[in-house]
Amino acid sequence: MDPRGPVLVEGPVEVVLDDGTVVRSDRFVVAVCTCRRSRTYPWCDTSHRPRGRAVPPTEDGNPR
Amino acid sequence: MTRALRSDTAPACAPGAVLRADPWGEDLHLALYLLYELHYAGFDGVDDEREWDPDLLRLRQAMEARFLHALRTELADGPRSVEDAFAPLLVEPVDLSDSLSHHLETEGELWQLREYAALRSLYHLKEADPHAWVIPRLTGRAKAAMVAIEYDEFGAGRADRVHARLFAALMADLRLDPAYGRYLDRAPAPLLATVNLMSLFGLHRALRGALVGHFACVEVTSSPGSRRMARAMRRCGAGPAAERFYTEHVEADAVHEQVVRHEVIGGLLADEPHLEADVAFGCAATVLLEDRLATHIRSAWTRGDSALRTPLRLP
Ligand code: FES
Ligand SMILES: [Fe+2]
Ligand SMILES: [Fe+2]
Repeated sequence: MDPRGPVLVEGPVEVVLDDGTVVRSDRFVVAVCTCRRSRTYPWCDTSHRPRGRAVPPTEDGNPR
Repeated sequence: MTRALRSDTAPACAPGAVLRADPWGEDLHLALYLLYELHYAGFDGVDDEREWDPDLLRLRQAMEARFLHALRTELADGPRSVEDAFAPLLVEPVDLSDSLSHHLETEGELWQLREYAALRSLYHLKEADPHAWVIPRLTGRAKAAMVAIEYDEFGAGRADRVHARLFAALMADLRLDPAYGRYLDRAPAPLLATVNLMSLFGLHRALRGALVGHFACVEVTSSPGSRRMARAMRRCGAGPAAERFYTEHVEADAVHEQVVRHEVIGGLLADEPHLEADVAFGCAATVLLEDRLATHIRSAWTRGDSALRTPLRLP
């Protein structure tokens, strides 16, 4: 487990946000953001990754 | 090759022609793609039994050997451990100036998004299919986790959520034809090579470690790229289904990344520790071919040209 990565919870999961709204994900496993940097909070979007330069130059994430 | 397939005859190919073929070139990759396709959807007018035609398999094997040798030569100094292969991918780059998705996010135009989608359709209309070949080659933890991810890729029991179908809806938003194989004849070699890589790794049990490394590589790199692509689609007004394909992948692949790294790779290497270098190779080969493709697309666009062999007609 990444020390600063998400917590993995078996789905479906309901999370109560600070403002009381309930959000739900029914994926088989849900990655709940613990770093609070996610732009799709409360779900992890990999924003917890450290920033740096150690990436191959044109690496480009194409979804799978 | 197409003549041989249509007429039910052995391929006419001078002995040694494969050995002289450019391992990155269009001849080799289109021929390989056509032969692999017999294991997926096949072609109208080609007998389904040709999938196991020994003459075609012999030719396929010669081309695979050429391709694999080129990859291994190129990556002779590449990573040997999972840590070395994946550590650079688990960092959010500060400098995105060479990233294709960053380019599309910030200054991409609708015609470029259409070209990009037409190119990627060769994979996404059979999304996750090449990786399903590895399932019977895994056991225990690795197998259970791989199947769980694939279940998600195949819509978690709901046909309308199959990722390939979400991509077809994206294509419709972009006024592309979502028919399977529609853009094959426009695909340049660097794109064909990325899809051939998955079929190569998937169809060979001996390359199961490489398939797992490849799959992990794409899951790890997908989330941030998908976020940028979702923004590109929104900025260009591509449409809701076009955006949804990518927003779904931001969230899904943040999960898939964790499961594939810890459970699929972790499980595989607990069972078969000697496959670690293969896992690293599969990851590095993926980065190499994605880089070559990005370079191809960027240089075509910089020249003001189409990244396809022949440009799309306007919608
Ligand atoms: S834990 Fe991944 S984005 Fe916060
Ligand atoms: Fe997917
Ligand atoms: Fe995925």
